Amino acid sequence: MSRDTALVSADWAEQNLDTPGLVFVEVDEDTTAYDGGHIPGAIKIDWKKDLQDPVRRDFVNQEQFGALLSERGISNDDTVILYGGNNNWFAAYAYWYFKLYGHDQVKLLDGGRKKWELDARPYTKDVPVREKTSYSAQAPDLSIRAFRDEVVEAIGVKNLVDVRSPDEFAGRLLAPAHLPQEQSQRGGHIPTAISVPWSKAANEDGTFKSDDELAKIYGDAGLDGSKDTIAYCRIGERSSHTWFVLKELLGQQNVKNYDGSWTEYGSLIGVPIALGDEPGKA
Amino acid sequence: MTSPNVAAGCAAPDQSAPVPAHVDLNRETVLTGIVQNADGEPVGGAYVRLLDSTGEFTAEVVSSPEGVFRFFAAPGSWTLRALSRSGNGEVVVDATVGVNEVGLSVSPA
Repeated sequence: MSRDTALVSADWAEQNLDTPGLVFVEVDEDTTAYDGGHIPGAIKIDWKKDLQDPVRRDFVNQEQFGALLSERGISNDDTVILYGGNNNWFAAYAYWYFKLYGHDQVKLLDGGRKKWELDARPYTKDVPVREKTSYSAQAPDLSIRAFRDEVVEAIGVKNLVDVRSPDEFAGRLLAPAHLPQEQSQRGGHIPTAISVPWSKAANEDGTFKSDDELAKIYGDAGLDGSKDTIAYCRIGERSSHTWFVLKELLGQQNVKNYDGSWTEYGSLIGVPIALGDEPGKA
Repeated sequence: MTSPNVAAGCAAPDQSAPVPAHVDLNRETVLTGIVQNADGEPVGGAYVRLLDSTGEFTAEVVSSPEGVFRFFAAPGSWTLRALSRSGNGEVVVDATVGVNEVGLSVSPA
């Protein structure tokens, strides 16, 4: 993968709003933004209601994903352009799902809602009607998803990239700073993880930095290109953003997103935790 | 256990809503205020980001139609920076536990 195949610019998107075979999809946890105005022709996916299993603590399975896309009128042959708020966090998470379930033709809109709005590009409140399809999702590609045991085994062995803010990494905050800090899990990070906040990869307008800038950021932070990599954050959406950068923009092999992330790891009994600003020892 | 749904994800809660009743203001450090343009009018839809004392990004919210933004942080020095179609602006705040009211003006570059 590369920037040319994984990313589209706002200019390109605005010129291709009516192109057949393209489906624009807004993905957010809070879809009131979509309801208040969205890119013309775009449909919405609610990260929580549509992409999380309502009972098990997991995301939707192969059948559920296929049923969702069928119901929304997306076919296996469509090229899906994802975008959203929060600097594309949840759009990047959805991108990872699409890849996990074998949908190759998926791209992110660089800058998401923020770039679109700051450029004063058009929004509409009209909700498009799309014919239902019979979408067939493939078996999950677990080469891009990390589970907890694998993460514990990766301590001191693989690249672990903690993409939360420095204060979350150190254990001084338990959640992003726009939310109340009432979580009960332990603070800190997985020992030997390097701290590269997701935001390092983005410009202020939400677009991704250049490949050269990105390669330097992760290289300077100590990411070893010869090792496999696991990225994590708190609930797996910010680390999808970094997974996208490492795997899809920089083309690194063997990059996984640990979607259980700190919410799971910081609640496990008996696993090692490091506190403070340094990676810590294995 | 208080309202687990509030913090189940990372999306920004409604910025114009009052501070939720379960938020303990003896413990939380709340940074809140209104984004205003050069004429003193509120700016809704501004992207307001919270940067830590080293300038590192910590969080970002979109101001409400009334220009209101709010962060839950920790005591210390923070920079608030706003991007909007009316221009950009920033302010440095020394926050303490409780509610810290912050004025944030934007103007064209």
